[in-house]
Amino acid sequence: MTRTLVDADAWSRAASAELRADEVLLAVAETDLDAARCFAPGAVALTTSRILSLALIERRARVVGQWPLHDGALTLTDHAGVASLDWRCGDALLARWEFRLGLQAAAQGLVDAWQRWREGDHAARSGQCRACGIEVPVGIALCEDCAEDERPPSTLNLLRLWRFARPYRSRLLLGFALTLVATAATLVPPYLTKPLMDKLLIPYQNGQDLDRELVSLYMLGLLAAALVGWGLGWARTYVLARVSERIGADLRTATFEHLLNQSVSYFGSKRTGDLMARIGAETDRINVFLSLHLLDFATDLLMIGMTALVLFSINHWLALVTLLPLPVIGYLIHVVRDRLRRGFERADRIWSEVTNVLADTIPGIRVVKAFAQEGREAERFRAANRHNLEINDRVNKVWSMFAPSVTLLTEIGLLVVWTFGIWQVSNDEITVGTLAAFIAYIGRFYTRLDSMSRIVSHTQKAAAGAKRIFDILDHQSNVPEPERPRVLPPLEGRIQLEDVSFRYGNRQVIRHLNLDICPGEMIGVVGHSGSGKSTLVNLVCRFHDPSQGTVRVDGIDVRELAVADYRRNIGLVLQEPFLFFGTVAENIAYGRPEASRAEIVKAARAANAHEFIMRLPHGYDSLVGERGQSLSGGERQRISIARALLIDPRILILDEATSSVDSTTEKAIQAALDNLVQGRTTIAIAHRLSTLRRADRLVVLERGEMVETGSHDELMARRGAYHALHQAQARQAELLLDEVPPGLGSATSAEGRA
Amino acid sequence: MNAPVPDGWNLFRNPAGHWCLEAEGVSRERVCVVRAFPIGAPTGAVCVLDAEGHERLWIDDVSALDEVRRERVEAALASREFTPVIEAILHISSISTPSRWTVRTDRGITDLLLPGEEALQRVGARSLLVADADGVQYLIRDIPALDRTSRRLLERFL
Repeated sequence: MTRTLVDADAWSRAASAELRADEVLLAVAETDLDAARCFAPGAVALTTSRILSLALIERRARVVGQWPLHDGALTLTDHAGVASLDWRCGDALLARWEFRLGLQAAAQGLVDAWQRWREGDHAARSGQCRACGIEVPVGIALCEDCAEDERPPSTLNLLRLWRFARPYRSRLLLGFALTLVATAATLVPPYLTKPLMDKLLIPYQNGQDLDRELVSLYMLGLLAAALVGWGLGWARTYVLARVSERIGADLRTATFEHLLNQSVSYFGSKRTGDLMARIGAETDRINVFLSLHLLDFATDLLMIGMTALVLFSINHWLALVTLLPLPVIGYLIHVVRDRLRRGFERADRIWSEVTNVLADTIPGIRVVKAFAQEGREAERFRAANRHNLEINDRVNKVWSMFAPSVTLLTEIGLLVVWTFGIWQVSNDEITVGTLAAFIAYIGRFYTRLDSMSRIVSHTQKAAAGAKRIFDILDHQSNVPEPERPRVLPPLEGRIQLEDVSFRYGNRQVIRHLNLDICPGEMIGVVGHSGSGKSTLVNLVCRFHDPSQGTVRVDGIDVRELAVADYRRNIGLVLQEPFLFFGTVAENIAYGRPEASRAEIVKAARAANAHEFIMRLPHGYDSLVGERGQSLSGGERQRISIARALLIDPRILILDEATSSVDSTTEKAIQAALDNLVQGRTTIAIAHRLSTLRRADRLVVLERGEMVETGSHDELMARRGAYHALHQAQARQAELLLDEVPPGLGSATSAEGRA
Repeated sequence: MNAPVPDGWNLFRNPAGHWCLEAEGVSRERVCVVRAFPIGAPTGAVCVLDAEGHERLWIDDVSALDEVRRERVEAALASREFTPVIEAILHISSISTPSRWTVRTDRGITDLLLPGEEALQRVGARSLLVADADGVQYLIRDIPALDRTSRRLLERFL
């Protein structure tokens, strides 16, 4: 993904130029760091007899080093975002190339090519990736990786809202037509000033009689125009406000639905407060913008256009003078627009900061209080608010200057019209009525300009909001749905992990893991925390996709299955069971809302939960709080086991299901789990080894690698990593035994299984 | 657990390019030298971990070491660390993320791809860590000390 300063083909060309008669170029990998780890373009090339090092000398790609291929070894490692490709001969390091991880795929291709060469395959593979010049490994389109570039900047975000407006286009058209007519109606009264002056008032002043019939006709005309304007204005506001409200609702729903389809790691990297602010406040802001400000703006534009037409039809010289300040105001708006937009975007971000403090503090209130840090959290909130104030103060400085400037220009415009008008009247070029009509028009005209200038800030705010919404909508889930998902047959439950690696940021969490789990087998995964146990489970559940390798279920790559279809076959019991607000029954039936009451009770019985549920005040209809707070940890856990039992999954995942409860409760849960495990492919993670006594096979993970596998007895006999873990726990259990009274100690010692 | 501070120790690089630690009569291959506070106190404490990740040596203050040892420790750190320090932001492709930045660092001019705003993390009051899409972390040591253009570009993301 790293853009280089050199043409990608240049390396291949330079390497090819060096080739001897019987030599073939096998692979080229770009590098972007030099020996001192400074950014410098370079490359490694692999041929059928040599390995070449290339660098840029005087802006040309040149070979700067070469080593014969026999008895050397090529290894690829990485740390902290930098990968290094080492060429060793025996024990000596001959060459090292370093580059950022973006170039790692190409380097891996080079290592693969070298391995094939070592195995006697000396043919260059076809299908080279154009961008990085390496071979495309079978089944992986690396070229896409290379070609993947940032998406075009979404500056016209508001226009993209059209996608949500489309379904309402007929109603929008109606609203627009109403606006047009309503605006025309409001233009009638000033037009009537001209004949009122010229035909009635001035002749009367000059001694003629008032034509009462004409007066009443004009007055009726004024009244009618006002009434029509009122009625039409009401209708168009009603129609358009309704539409925009619906667009806002659609936008909100679409964003939330899109959010739900994001992978678990997306939520890990975003803050709840920020996402909530985006979906809640931003959609609302866009909504208000559409229903109020945009509507006003359209009306204003129409008003100005129509007024200009009328003015020109009356007197084009005076019209020209009247319209003179328009470009100046337009320019002013344009200048300020940019500064304001930036300001408002920053203000939005700061606002998220304010909500983030709330979202962090409120769920963690017990920790805050326990450590007596209320003062610090208050200070954090105050600081966020202060920051908010600072930003807004700066924006307001620009903004407050803006509106009065427009007013000033308006006044100057009026002055110009008066001056020019009086001069024209004195020359008998126009009547007093015409001047009066002009003044009446431009009174409205300039106030419109003033309110139009306000649209700038509203548009910028809404555009900033739209951008933040589209940030979510544009984010492709990194667990993508396949384009043509395979139909999932009833699962047997075989799980295969083939050379699976997973990287989280720049940390390699799982390395080259191979594991074949038979249908119905129970696998226990043990290892220290941070050894990659939970990541392994996340990969099987497809919460993440592996960076390398494949996860297969019944021989099918899970990436070829529709995500939801696949997950329906997985029952998950977590360390911290999450109960939604609702009744116990609803919580048990979460994965299968159509389950009958009898089924729910059956599942609860099997999960050892029935009795305590019956002891609750309203049985299965008892409400459990946001996090099931009225229930104990063990009770919540049994509800979540019942939830997993009810969907009758082929694959069962127990992620530290018993580690947060005491040993007595653990027994009850263990009994429930034993019911659950029957005949299902199970992957159980446990810190306490005793929990895994029923496992058919144990897998010991250490820093992302599988170091041992086998049954408890086999592993104990091997006296390796598992043995060490077991001894450590047994010692701990003994220590505990010394501390607790004998009556309570029995459960603990059983747990140690020493 | 006490900090391991053996009396005599020797840190060196073997021909295979791996760092080795000799302490209390034991020689360990493939050790890692890491800073305890790489951003908050980069010149402060350093720790040497063995291949299994156990701490084998704690150096409270690198500057207090004799010259040979200090140079070795610093060389070992340099062979492992990669946090380019951004000195100036020259160009950004867009104000919405993902955004490609062209930056001048202490290791030369380069491009980085900012995947999202959350990739910018404040460290302390004045510094900022920028994690690019490939997982490389770039450090902006002192935001107010950046030039005006860089600050303006950066402000749009903060």
